[in-house]
Amino acid sequence: MLLNHARLVRFFIDANSIVGRKKLQKMIYILKKLNLPFDEKFAFHFYGPYSEELTLRIEELCNLGFISEEKQDKGHYLQYQYTVTDAGLSFLEQAPDDLPLCKDEIELLKAQSSRFLELVSTMLFFDDLALEEVEKKVHEVKASVNYSDADIKEAWHFIDQLKEGRVH
Amino acid sequence: MAYRDEKLREEKVFKDPVHRYIHVRDRVIWDLIGAREFQRLRRIKQLGTTFLTFHGAEHSRFNHSLGVYEIVRRILTNFEGRSNWNPEERLLCLAAALLHDLGHGPFSHSFEKVFKLDHEDFTKAIILGDTEINQILQRVEPKFPEKVAEVINKTYHDKLVVSLISSQIDADRMDYLQRDAYFTGVSYGHFDMERILRVMRPLDDQVVIKQSGMHAVEDYIMSRYQMYWQVYFHPVSRSAEVILSKILHRVKHLHNQHYRFKQEPKHFLSFFAGDVTLTDYINLDETIVMYYFQAWIDEDDVILSDLCRRFTNRKLFQYVEFNPKQQIKESIELFQLFEAINLDPDYYLVVDSSSDLPYDFYRPGEEGERLPIYLLTPQDELQELSRASDIVESISGKKRTDHKLYYPADLIEALPDDQPEKARIKALLGLE
Repeated sequence: MLLNHARLVRFFIDANSIVGRKKLQKMIYILKKLNLPFDEKFAFHFYGPYSEELTLRIEELCNLGFISEEKQDKGHYLQYQYTVTDAGLSFLEQAPDDLPLCKDEIELLKAQSSRFLELVSTMLFFDDLALEEVEKKVHEVKASVNYSDADIKEAWHFIDQLKEGRVH
Repeated sequence: MAYRDEKLREEKVFKDPVHRYIHVRDRVIWDLIGAREFQRLRRIKQLGTTFLTFHGAEHSRFNHSLGVYEIVRRILTNFEGRSNWNPEERLLCLAAALLHDLGHGPFSHSFEKVFKLDHEDFTKAIILGDTEINQILQRVEPKFPEKVAEVINKTYHDKLVVSLISSQIDADRMDYLQRDAYFTGVSYGHFDMERILRVMRPLDDQVVIKQSGMHAVEDYIMSRYQMYWQVYFHPVSRSAEVILSKILHRVKHLHNQHYRFKQEPKHFLSFFAGDVTLTDYINLDETIVMYYFQAWIDEDDVILSDLCRRFTNRKLFQYVEFNPKQQIKESIELFQLFEAINLDPDYYLVVDSSSDLPYDFYRPGEEGERLPIYLLTPQDELQELSRASDIVESISGKKRTDHKLYYPADLIEALPDDQPEKARIKALLGLE
């Protein structure tokens, strides 16, 4: 019952807290691409893979009081911070989740900027293409973000690191 | 004359209850409409199980796809001669608009969830695979099928082209809101589309709205909001959707248990195995699915038979509001009580949440989630819609969410009065 909600609450417990909606979206997408059982459906949007289903589910968790959402005014933009609450912890005791241990991956992802995670998730979105084609596609669809060759190289390295972590 | 530029000798028109007429002059578009894979969309309902709530909602994805094509055609007529618009992209936009829903399967939402499929993958597969659609697109130019697939997949390099088919104010939404309102018969969902089309402007990589058109866009946003709660997330339609998805789970389970079906689920075998071919996918439509559901009423498996009877004869589950924060203990107790009376709770006690049927409310694009709707001021500045409109701001903030618990009231009522579990179940469900 409410397994998908329980998995997300577990994610927030493991992550401690997440700052930024874009970052949250990209983290879940990348974890899903690592075969972790997140059922939310993603599609490509202006800023890379995005899931409306995930956004709604987070809103449900906030409305239920399982996750707290704090809005921070950063001057020219707003930023949201998500943390699990005591009610969320209590929910998980009664509605257990089945998310495998992935705290290391979450830590690794959390340490990155949302700009970098946007690049990584975009590259993973095109993972059915050949390597050079992925890079060509990133330059095409992310022309306005202007990722450098060094950024892309770093992203490949990061993806290898993540995949290796899941294998071992 | 090159195939891409070929025109029909006389314009063809389709009568349409929403747009009055749908106009076709391009030979390519005419050929695509006639293709087998596009004609299949006549046998896929646009609103899935909603016809069980709103009896008029029998319209198909074929109707909707033609409607989206027509809206894009009108937008492009308005864009002709404007800076920022490349007329070379016209046929690509029209083809993508027409084909954007090509990969939808029967009762898409439940099928995708149960069998872990994605209709967008099948849209791409039909466009790029060995199909009549692909042959037609190839005749335009060898790379044309790939370009159409990229536009639909939202990964085409020209974002302006993508935004016509998919953005927060696009031809897809403008058609389905009006069409669904028309066929369901509700009074929501109406807005002044002609006005919106007149104030749309191509600007760099997106479509923006002249500020003078803000009130027409407000109406469109309100329509989306009301249609969601009144039609798309109607609790009775959701009940049918719950039963439908449980039928698919049950039949898959029985197949895995080597149950001997009276009516073998031949059309479903590759879905169970997780290796659905394009041919299998295209061959399965709602007429076939409904045939099986009717046949499975006569199966010996009590659960499959009962669920199919419910779906076919509209004997749906009842529901109560459910608050997971306050009622999780009660739901666990109910689960145990259902087991005690031999009513499998995996099939007969189902929580359904608003996020189970995602529908995109307007998002102002905070923190770069989604690109918002921008208004173009007379000073040529861009202003995000909810910053200018109090109405939009009020419905794009904190969202209403909802959870319901579905159960078969008739089976609970049919329990003997002296069965101890009956009174407790009724008390927990608030039926007393």
